Amino acid sequence: MPAPGETVDPSRVHALDPDQLAAAVAAARESIRAATDLDALAAARTAHVHGAAAPLVLARRELGALPREERADAGRRHNAARAEVQAAYDTRLAELTAERDARVLREERVDVTLPVARRRRGARHPLSSLSDRLVDVFVAMGYEVAEGPEIEHDWFNFEALNMAPDHPARSEHDTLYVEPTASGRVLRTHTSPVQVRALLDRPLPVYVVCPGRTYRNDTIDATHSPVFGQLEGLAVDEGITMADLRGTLEVFAQALFGSGLSTRLRPSFFPFTEPSAELDVQCFACRGEAARQPCRVCSDEGWIEIGGCGMVDPNVLRATGVDPTRYSGFAFGMGLERAAMIRHDVREIRDFVDGDVRFSLPFGIEV
Amino acid sequence: MLIVMSWLREYVEGLPPTRAVADALIRAGFEVEGLRGVGGDVSGVVVGEIVDFEIVETKKKDVRWCQVRVAPQPAGESSGLGVRGVICGAHNFAVGDRVAVALPGAVLPGGFAITARKTYGHVSDGMICSARELGLGEDHDGILVLPPSAPIGADVTELLDLVDEILDIAVTPDRGYALSVRGIAREAATAFALPFTDPGVPRSGQVEAGQVEAGQVAAGESAAGEAYPVVVEDTAGCDRYVARVVTGVDPAARTPLGWSRRLSLAGMRPISVPVDVTNAVLLGLGQPLHAFDRAKLTGAIIVRRAEAGETLRTLDGVERILDPEDLVIADDTGPIALAGVMGGANTEISAQTTDIVLEAAHFDPISVARTARRHRLSSEAARRFERGVDPALAPVAAATAVDLLVELAGARPAPGVTDLDHRPTAAPVLLSLHEPERLAGRPYSAEVVRRRLADVGCVVAASATSDITDFTTDVTGATTVGGVTTTVVGGDVLVVTPPSWRPDLTRPADLVEEIMRLEGYDTIPVTLPLLPAGRGLTPAQRMHRAVGRALAYAGLAEVLTLPFVAADAADALSLVADDKRRLAVRVANPIAEDAAYLRTTLLSGLIAAAVRNIGRGQQDLALFEVGRVFREQPGAPVRVPTPPVDRRPSAEEIAALDSVLPGQDRHVAALLTGRREPTGWSTPGREADWADAVDAAHVVAEAVGLTLTVTAGDTMPWHPGRCAELTVGGRLVGFAGELHPRVLGDAGLPPRTVAMELSLDVLVEAATAAPPVVAPVISTYPPADRDVALVVPSRVPVAEVTEALREGAGDLLESLTLFDVFEGAQVGAGQRSLAFGLRLRAGDRTLTAAEANAVRDAAVELAAQRTGAALRA
Repeated sequence: MPAPGETVDPSRVHALDPDQLAAAVAAARESIRAATDLDALAAARTAHVHGAAAPLVLARRELGALPREERADAGRRHNAARAEVQAAYDTRLAELTAERDARVLREERVDVTLPVARRRRGARHPLSSLSDRLVDVFVAMGYEVAEGPEIEHDWFNFEALNMAPDHPARSEHDTLYVEPTASGRVLRTHTSPVQVRALLDRPLPVYVVCPGRTYRNDTIDATHSPVFGQLEGLAVDEGITMADLRGTLEVFAQALFGSGLSTRLRPSFFPFTEPSAELDVQCFACRGEAARQPCRVCSDEGWIEIGGCGMVDPNVLRATGVDPTRYSGFAFGMGLERAAMIRHDVREIRDFVDGDVRFSLPFGIEV
Repeated sequence: MLIVMSWLREYVEGLPPTRAVADALIRAGFEVEGLRGVGGDVSGVVVGEIVDFEIVETKKKDVRWCQVRVAPQPAGESSGLGVRGVICGAHNFAVGDRVAVALPGAVLPGGFAITARKTYGHVSDGMICSARELGLGEDHDGILVLPPSAPIGADVTELLDLVDEILDIAVTPDRGYALSVRGIAREAATAFALPFTDPGVPRSGQVEAGQVEAGQVAAGESAAGEAYPVVVEDTAGCDRYVARVVTGVDPAARTPLGWSRRLSLAGMRPISVPVDVTNAVLLGLGQPLHAFDRAKLTGAIIVRRAEAGETLRTLDGVERILDPEDLVIADDTGPIALAGVMGGANTEISAQTTDIVLEAAHFDPISVARTARRHRLSSEAARRFERGVDPALAPVAAATAVDLLVELAGARPAPGVTDLDHRPTAAPVLLSLHEPERLAGRPYSAEVVRRRLADVGCVVAASATSDITDFTTDVTGATTVGGVTTTVVGGDVLVVTPPSWRPDLTRPADLVEEIMRLEGYDTIPVTLPLLPAGRGLTPAQRMHRAVGRALAYAGLAEVLTLPFVAADAADALSLVADDKRRLAVRVANPIAEDAAYLRTTLLSGLIAAAVRNIGRGQQDLALFEVGRVFREQPGAPVRVPTPPVDRRPSAEEIAALDSVLPGQDRHVAALLTGRREPTGWSTPGREADWADAVDAAHVVAEAVGLTLTVTAGDTMPWHPGRCAELTVGGRLVGFAGELHPRVLGDAGLPPRTVAMELSLDVLVEAATAAPPVVAPVISTYPPADRDVALVVPSRVPVAEVTEALREGAGDLLESLTLFDVFEGAQVGAGQRSLAFGLRLRAGDRTLTAAEANAVRDAAVELAAQRTGAALRA
């Protein structure tokens, strides 16, 4: 439609004749098709689709000048032509936009294999994680965690555990004494004094695990350390038996080395248990097949010795005020370093206390 | 304990192969640490007779060119058949002697193959062997001369029982009896249900009639049939003393090869017949014997405690000053032996000794243990007495030794036996037949219980109820079966008298162990106890874990260092004179003198670990440790009475024991040096500074739900201007910041190394006491943000400015952020500009601009009042 006040020269009304329209459409389509990027397409749009000088726009302005009887027909033709051009334009716009977007993403590509270390890695000490993991197994069974001092009185470390001052088993403990020696203070040689404290502190029945650091007068070398971690368990209740100990140790061994391994108790001696036993677990590496193939983990024994255990000695119960004719109990203990060394193939026990960051880091945080 | 299998098999007939014996012993509780075969690698050595030899002179020494017959000579012939020429360097043989000849093709221990070879101008067709060359011991002074009865041509390995096996058994301290072939033999026999004749109990005919008449003899009293006068003054220290005398010992007698080899294999060096005999009895029966040279004794033997000032030179040549607690054997001249530990040089038997007084005694284990420890003197005898020697064994062992001396050294037994016997009567143990099941969790029939106790050597009798009424309280076994408590009395109780060699069997539990181990621990079922509900980890235990994890997730690596430090550890940290961290605990017998103290701060260990890491090329470190520090408590008692162990100690007694112990608080500490953030292709990296140490402290506090209050501190080993004092609720928790340059210089750590140390105990205590967190009300109205830049005197801590801003802004302040700190000419000397962002928000409405501005102005106003802050123009 002409703008107000605009005069239209009827003689120039030729843009709406079919041939003219067809030519305009063809020219528009060609221009749109030829546009290879969005800028070219925008130019084509101005020239052929929406621009003030686009033939179809100009033609539309002429519609109003047509005689009424021709106007409807010409309008239909014009609309069809416009729709065709618009569709061609929309299609091409979508194509070129997709192309452009793809190119931009392609150009923004980075090498994702570049190292991304922006923060320092931390780690817990493997013995801390191992201790937590084993403790969790017992806590899940209903045990509680008992703790005690590392410098301990002789009475707790030895005497209440049925080791009188001249007991020959004391010589096997290589005790580190604390000055003045008359004070009776020692660096605890095992976590067993915590058993005594637990029995004194807690109402019966008592089911506790005691993780902690212990000390022996050993010069440090590949397999000895003056400081090492122990984990000890104690159950004192009515009707506790050695069978209960066996069952509990099987759970424990599985937590440590995995399921499906058998355990074995060998008679042994500890002053604080009677009967006493050593606990062996089938070697997790050769699964007891060491006789057939050499095994470095268990030195071809087929079994790995992981700790001592037994039924709590009546003298220990008596020293803690527990009636040994009514109550019975079991106790077991193991060295954490030894377990970790076997489990993780640690060659030097000193690695645990050297503080070299390269040792802790591979163990991560929660393992 | 080394057990020679041929010896063991002599004691128990019918034992299976050694591997099976070892396995059975392990199953019975005897840890076999080694199984070694000997002699199996020797072959081709035969008995030969020296037919003739001629001397071959060489530059160095003369050797002999021997003609040796190595095959039996056919009857009536005198041919040279079976005779070989062999070169031999030894001279200790004569024509007609029988010797061991390794023929060409023979193999000697260590895989030495023998061939015929030309030497000293002859072809030596084999080798004549010394004892050492045959693996028979250390004797290499000459060749081995065999008895004339050795058949020519016989295989020497068979003739001499060269093939043997040795078990190395670790005997637990409760089983002194197993430190002998006798003890192990009993166990092996039991394991295979083989008959066992105990060589440790008297057999008729072993001791000649007339020698066994002594019996009980009172101390000091002379009795008919006494072998040597003995006075036992201390019958508690020595409850059995048997003395025998032999005369006419042949000093030239040599211990026969069989015995010396057996002793060598058992780990003892053969010395002379009398010494070897005492060792043979020690190893075989487990009875330590001592042989005194009778000619060197003056007067009666007296068993008594040493007197102050007495000395004794022991057999190892050490002059020892005796303690009045030492039990000694003495004669009129003074001490002649440390009882049960070691003999004295003054009465030692020598190569000239012909008359011997043999001592077979039983000494108090504790007395022997103390003396051995006091004099740092361990001996085979002391080891056995400490663990318990069979007190009934003394006369048998003495008789066995006398027999051997007669047999091997031509000795004559003097008449009489001195036997001072003050043994207490053995107390029987009352064992309820239900006790084994109560402890094992499986039943054992009465028959099994009796049989196993008999295997051990116990005498078992059933008790009629009336007999044990006095004991019912002790023996009543309360057995819980299916929730029903059954009290067992009377006929179900066995009266068990343990054998004399088992002083460890004093209580029902001891007997139950014997039954259980002999029946096999593998026959015990596998069950689980039924636990009451547990309460899980305590809050403190959960916090300990949280702290470790939080620091690890924050990028620090946990270490566990040795807690031992040198005497100058406090000096290395430049701690002031009255610093509590100087109250170090000292180890009385330290592993190393430069590590004789226990740490009072975790920093000592972390600094050492950092130095070690840097020495190994790791410069960028973020270490932490959680552990105890040890500090003496001034004024604590040094010594308190020790409660007995036959009852529960009172609360006061327990408190007294604890009062002796030093403080041992749990701490957490961290040390950072080098780059805190790594340098990479996209990041420049960042050096750790004081703020990282403070941040690590915040990480710890946040892990337990606390907020630390930071003020400027000044405590060694921190930099006096870069030390944050950290408190919670006014209570000191610890310090964080840059370490003092002098401390770093001394330690060899890089400048600007930072560290923090907190008392985890204080933190956890505060955290567990803190009330539950109150949830904030979450406002859905938009915030109003206002920024202020304040010019503040530089000496004013930022913490004071923020505190004033917070207080001035009041409840509408949601958060406060310091986003810029600037010092320079623009703000004037001694001043700094602090730019804060205040986020304000109300819970019930959108704040108007006027309201927000009013809050901001109030905040600035209070900061200005308190700190002299001025809005920056």
